[in-house]
Amino acid sequence: MSDEVQMDQEVYDRLIGEGKSERIARAKAKAAAVRKSKIEEGATLGPKPAEEATKALEEFRSSRSGGGGVATKTAAPADGGGGGRLTPEERAARVSASLGNGGDSGSVGVPAASDHTHRLLALVPPAGIQQVQSKQQDKVYTWPHLLLVEFVALLAAGSLLLVASFFLDAPLGSLANVNEVPAINKAPWYFMGLQELLAYFHPAVAGITIVGAAVLLLMSLPYVDKNPSAKPENRKFANMAFTFFLAFWGILTIIGSFIRGAGYEWVWPWVQGLGFVL
Amino acid sequence: MPKLPKPPKPPSYSEVRGTVQDNVIWKSIFRPGSIYRKGYRDTSRDRALAAMNNVLYHLHPVKVKRHGLKLTYTYCLGGLSFFMFILLTITGIFLMFFYTPAAGAGAEIAYLNMRELSTTVTFGALVRNLHRWGAHAMVFLVFLHMARVFYHGAYKPPREFNWVVGVILLLLTLFLSFTGYLLPWDQLALWAVTVGTNIAGFSPVFGDQVSFVLLGGLEIGPETLLRWYVLHVLFVPFITVVFLAVHFWRIRKDGGISGPL
Ligand code: HEM
Repeated sequence: MSDEVQMDQEVYDRLIGEGKSERIARAKAKAAAVRKSKIEEGATLGPKPAEEATKALEEFRSSRSGGGGVATKTAAPADGGGGGRLTPEERAARVSASLGNGGDSGSVGVPAASDHTHRLLALVPPAGIQQVQSKQQDKVYTWPHLLLVEFVALLAAGSLLLVASFFLDAPLGSLANVNEVPAINKAPWYFMGLQELLAYFHPAVAGITIVGAAVLLLMSLPYVDKNPSAKPENRKFANMAFTFFLAFWGILTIIGSFIRGAGYEWVWPWVQGLGFVL
Repeated sequence: MPKLPKPPKPPSYSEVRGTVQDNVIWKSIFRPGSIYRKGYRDTSRDRALAAMNNVLYHLHPVKVKRHGLKLTYTYCLGGLSFFMFILLTITGIFLMFFYTPAAGAGAEIAYLNMRELSTTVTFGALVRNLHRWGAHAMVFLVFLHMARVFYHGAYKPPREFNWVVGVILLLLTLFLSFTGYLLPWDQLALWAVTVGTNIAGFSPVFGDQVSFVLLGGLEIGPETLLRWYVLHVLFVPFITVVFLAVHFWRIRKDGGISGPL
């Protein structure tokens, strides 16, 4: 590197003496040297003083006000030190002031003389992008609280499944044969409600119309249920209706899975066995 | 007798840990605040950093509502559905090494592979069982998750759209499970799938086309097996991952978990 920065030996020795690691001491010593040389050049370090920012703001305002921008005068006075929210223009002015250009480069936040290829498109208050809860809430840290709960749940579910898989074997019947319809012919359990419906209705009604309507109803539910309350006591009807919906499918599924035998006839499970394979 | 030099003292645990943690490689892997990084202290600052500088920050915010931690709020159902999905991906990859989606007279490879899986492949039976029971568990957990979301009114504004994404995920989960059902190519698979796909043939207007596209022919055959294999191992999981990403992202953008009631 051509512009290798010299380090401030004095600072370096002091930091090493204090027991800092060599890497850190070197970095800090270099920073000290840079600071020193800047001061020698007459630059002021640290944040820009308030007057400078205010002046830049004034300049910014005057350069903008002619351009047909909307002049909003609702915010706190620019010279007030305390409180008050900044208008977007004021914030932009502060940004451009701290970037070291009072003038206008034609695009907010980018110094006129810069050859940066990217620019700030807009300064948007956080509330404009996402939901911000201004209310103080009872919260806990994700680590360790939530992550520990999740880990335990994961271990519990994983070991349950492992034990089940150790003792219960997945079924494997005889080779598929298109010409040999089995006596008991059933869909997977989650479609048994549907298959049970087919015992009562034509497939075009049971399979397409009823199921299609159920799916559409389910998807549109948040837009249909306009009740803003989530408390159970305020939504007795919704809870009842949904419970009926679940019970309807649950009962159909149980009938289809367990009370249907050969030829899809109604047979009690204690007469011919379950007739059900997972 | 010459005095033997003292044997060097074995380094203590904290010395070893210090050496392991205090180097460029370790620090490049574990970002500041990581609990594996040197100098992690159980302070608010480090707890916040641990979440923020972690890949899980894509899923979890730094802080969560206290009531959401109670087991009886989510019953972990959404999380466990996701866990099942991951487990099924892992076990599914294992199964793919030993399975060829080919059938037909004289070349019943798929069915033979299934037989070998439970007899000759090391851990084959166990992994197949995990995959099978995990799939059933996932479908069941997703149903339960939907019910819990409903009874908490957690689909109310601003979460309406995430419910819709959820319903799509439910359909995708069912389709994932159903396409997998055919792959063993035994009587059970063939006829369960026949029952299901016959219904699709009754969809209005395009019924015949729908079943033709699904089956790759007029009835279930070797073409169907290949088609459903590709859907099962590649296409549907891919779509599911996309919707899962939207689902999780929306949970955070909608202000985290709903409630308290
Ligand atoms: C593959 C299936 C799914 C996965 C992996 C999944 C995952 C999750 C997770 C991890 C959460 C966080 C809270 C919790 O654990 O309860 C969640 C919340 C949510 N899920 Fe799902 N979900 C799935 C399917 C569904 C379905 C079928 C619905 C509804 C039809 C749904 C609707 C919602 C809604 C509205 C929330 C926000 C709940 C709240 O803020 O309390 N999801 N989901």
